[in-house]
Amino acid sequence: MTGRRPVGPAGPGPGSGEGAAFSVIGKRNRKVDGRRKVTGQSIFTDDLQPARLLHGKILRSPHAHARIRSIDTRRAAAHPGVHAVITGRDLPVAYGIIPWTRDEYPLAIDKVLYVGDGVAAVAADDERTAEAALALIEIDYQVLPAVLTVEDALAHPENQVNTFSAKGNVSKQVRLTFGDVEGGLAGAEVVVEDTWFHAGSTHAAIEPHCAVGDLGADGILTVHSSTQVPHYLHRELSRVLELPIDRIRVIQPAVGGGFGGKSEPFDLEFAVAKLSCLTGRPVKILYTREEVFAAHRGRHPMLMTYQVGARRDGMLTAVKARILIDGGAHSSFGLVTTYYSGQLLGAPYRLPAYEFDSTRVFTNKPSCGPKRGHGSVQPRFAFECALDMLAERVALDPIELRRRNVLGADTRTVNEFRVTSNGFLECLAGVERASGWKEKFRQLPFGRGVGVAGSTYISGTNYPIYPNEMPQSAVQLKVDRSGRVTVFAGVSDIGQGCDSVLAYIVAEELGVALDSIRVVTADTDLTPVDLGAYSSRITFMAGNAAIAACAGVKRRIQDAMAQAWSVPPGQVRLADGFATAPGTPSHAVPIAEAFQAAEARFGTLGGVGSYNTPKDVHGSYRGATIGASPAYSFSAHVAEVEVDDQTGQVRVKKIWVAHDCGRALNPMLVEGQMEGSAAMGFGEALFEEQPYDERGLHRGPSLLDYPLATTLDTPELESIIVESGDREGPYGAKEAGEGPLHPSIPAIANAIHDAVGVRLTRLPFLPPRVLAALETRRQAGLSWKGRR
Amino acid sequence: MKESVRFVVNGDPVEVLVEPGATLLECLRQDLGLTGSKQGCDKGDCGACTVLLDGRAVLACLVLARSVEGRRVTTVEGLAEAGRLHPLQEAFDTQGAAQCGFCTPGMLMSACALIEENDQPSRQDVREALSGNLCRCTGYTKILDAVVKAAGEVHQARAAPKGGGKP
Ligand code: FES
Ligand code: FES
Repeated sequence: MTGRRPVGPAGPGPGSGEGAAFSVIGKRNRKVDGRRKVTGQSIFTDDLQPARLLHGKILRSPHAHARIRSIDTRRAAAHPGVHAVITGRDLPVAYGIIPWTRDEYPLAIDKVLYVGDGVAAVAADDERTAEAALALIEIDYQVLPAVLTVEDALAHPENQVNTFSAKGNVSKQVRLTFGDVEGGLAGAEVVVEDTWFHAGSTHAAIEPHCAVGDLGADGILTVHSSTQVPHYLHRELSRVLELPIDRIRVIQPAVGGGFGGKSEPFDLEFAVAKLSCLTGRPVKILYTREEVFAAHRGRHPMLMTYQVGARRDGMLTAVKARILIDGGAHSSFGLVTTYYSGQLLGAPYRLPAYEFDSTRVFTNKPSCGPKRGHGSVQPRFAFECALDMLAERVALDPIELRRRNVLGADTRTVNEFRVTSNGFLECLAGVERASGWKEKFRQLPFGRGVGVAGSTYISGTNYPIYPNEMPQSAVQLKVDRSGRVTVFAGVSDIGQGCDSVLAYIVAEELGVALDSIRVVTADTDLTPVDLGAYSSRITFMAGNAAIAACAGVKRRIQDAMAQAWSVPPGQVRLADGFATAPGTPSHAVPIAEAFQAAEARFGTLGGVGSYNTPKDVHGSYRGATIGASPAYSFSAHVAEVEVDDQTGQVRVKKIWVAHDCGRALNPMLVEGQMEGSAAMGFGEALFEEQPYDERGLHRGPSLLDYPLATTLDTPELESIIVESGDREGPYGAKEAGEGPLHPSIPAIANAIHDAVGVRLTRLPFLPPRVLAALETRRQAGLSWKGRR
Repeated sequence: MKESVRFVVNGDPVEVLVEPGATLLECLRQDLGLTGSKQGCDKGDCGACTVLLDGRAVLACLVLARSVEGRRVTTVEGLAEAGRLHPLQEAFDTQGAAQCGFCTPGMLMSACALIEENDQPSRQDVREALSGNLCRCTGYTKILDAVVKAAGEVHQARAAPKGGGKP
């Protein structure tokens, strides 16, 4: 069940059809790859079985922190069926997704940094032989003290985890102040303060990482990988293997979910490339599920203290945050994470003054990185809980408190990011109405409650990971006289549907039936560069590039038909498989004929379009670019829960999810992102955490022990799409893939409070934590909804 | 030593040489090239490898290949008949139930086993039947929608008088 509420005035954004009805955009069209997916025909990386394929395996460290004294691979290399063995010394170039923090090697050289760190790799006839060979590799480790907590890491800089770190175990520190924070807090009539802990979580995409390397006789190295960043992988393969980049081809087959877990290079990609170069045969490595947990790069655990000041009418005066971030062994995207932990809080509320002080620390655990809602899900949890406390203190309905503090459209945040369209008020109104909020809040019986939370997220980042002035995304078109159009783009479809989105846009612009569009993506030999599936950037950026690519083609087709019909070009309409001149029924030809007329007149048809971000949309302070986006999405959720005060069990009955995606290019796909996001947030709220034992061993690296929500746990989800029409988004569109995760967690926390009167500050909300909080409330002699 | 095993897969009799420890999933994917069934964990935790064994949903990663001698295996490749999508496949496609599509083959096979037994399942019945199939993308909402819709169509087709109506 879905309501779509356009909010005016709908700035249509780039793309034709302004004012006119769309033929394709906004409809519940099939995905271009849907029929292949439901028949098992989609090819994922592990489905590739080239002739002469060898299978690789990686030997991993059993220690959280140890020096490698020596490695002896001779017995493994001599094992029958083994074709090559490599160690860290074969790939001695440090890499890292962020060019300023290249602090890891494909395989450890001197030191292992966590249990599961790769040390050596083998290529053999089959997986069993490769595994047997791993057992023959002899490594002499000198075990070092493992640094497993943030406190320990800071207290013992001499036990340095990552030797690339400039200072002890500090990975990154950011402190930024905007406005008069101390004055704002001193002048506040109410200040709430508390400390929250987000335990971190992992992506757990159902497809494990997989890569196939294949050095051809022509000297071209092809790497197929389940990556979500083929372009960055391409660059890093070239650097680390010391091969010219034009000798390498990266292809991303269908990817079975990413969520940020495949958005940087991993050891297996370097290993298959190197092993193929050594053997001259294709080599495949498929991670076991345990290895996926070791690869991690998931959500950072964060310990967050907030002080939020306000006037008695609920208007915010100042916000101050101190955040400690557990980064694991490497930097990964950590520089960005540290900024994001503070920078993305500037909306959807107007903060008159704001300060954050965030420190990311190295520990001997699998590295944390970007997970859906990178760096901002944790602070959003804390801050939206703080707002709920504030509402209680000033006796305001929490939705009303949020409404009063709304940032608004066409403005700047306290940290100077430009904000264009903003449908946050409509999101609040949507969930308030759909959930029956007014009849439920504080009025449901003890044990039942509702909670609200809001959020915002970026539609891509304004700056690429490595500094350059080139477009962030590009699309090329091949327009065929058969009436078919082939779209070439570097984008990475990881299930979110960007291949389909490009097809919808080109079909809309050129009037071609969807079945006549072919989409070729994520192949560095065939497709123009797109930076990848991260930061919710593709619809906005590649969408605009696709519209730009169509413009010239469309003009030529219109010109050709205008001449044939003796009408002005502007009167030639391309839609639904036909070129027509509305008003003259005889002026209508199948689109293939129009393509032919244009090809006859102008020569072979094709188009190129690209998109780059605006660069003047942020402040000039150091770090001002991190968090700057061409447009921001907005979300609000209401969660309804039942809490059993005997068992401590929390059951989430339903989450109403409202999201301002600018414009839904396909509402079915947008809902899919909203539902998937909300469900992922729900899992983090109630179940997910990554405990390690005192030796740094993950306590349950399996899909059984790591508690993913099943069909039986997941609440009912109701999506409410809000369309604010962004003037720079394609047809007004903004992101939908990450924003709607954020409010789930605080909405559930706030609903638990409404249900039983306790504020839970540590994730996940497991029954013992709920019971302990209830006990504390009882001990304090406080009652809730008439219950002691 | 490898040994020979004969069984019927998607209606076709096959004979395969397998290692004693090889799983049915390995045999399907590597020996028979039926890569539709997916390996998400290889431990029985995720459901991506679900296939039908004599009509019952099983996890192919937990079944030894040699144990299917003489039995009937149906994989996602065998769901469509004569190029026509099964109502479940059609519903998954049109309802947006497949995002990345990695869980989809397993989901479809579990749903197929359910519908064979009960073509009027409640939403809760569907939740229970699919509770062993993990999906990380969808939040399950659209998967449940699709199964309920497809079940309705299968039910109607079965109830329709012979020769009349279309599913
Ligand atoms: S692969 Fe069989 S249950 Fe996961
Ligand atoms: S659609 Fe991706 S795991 Fe289900």
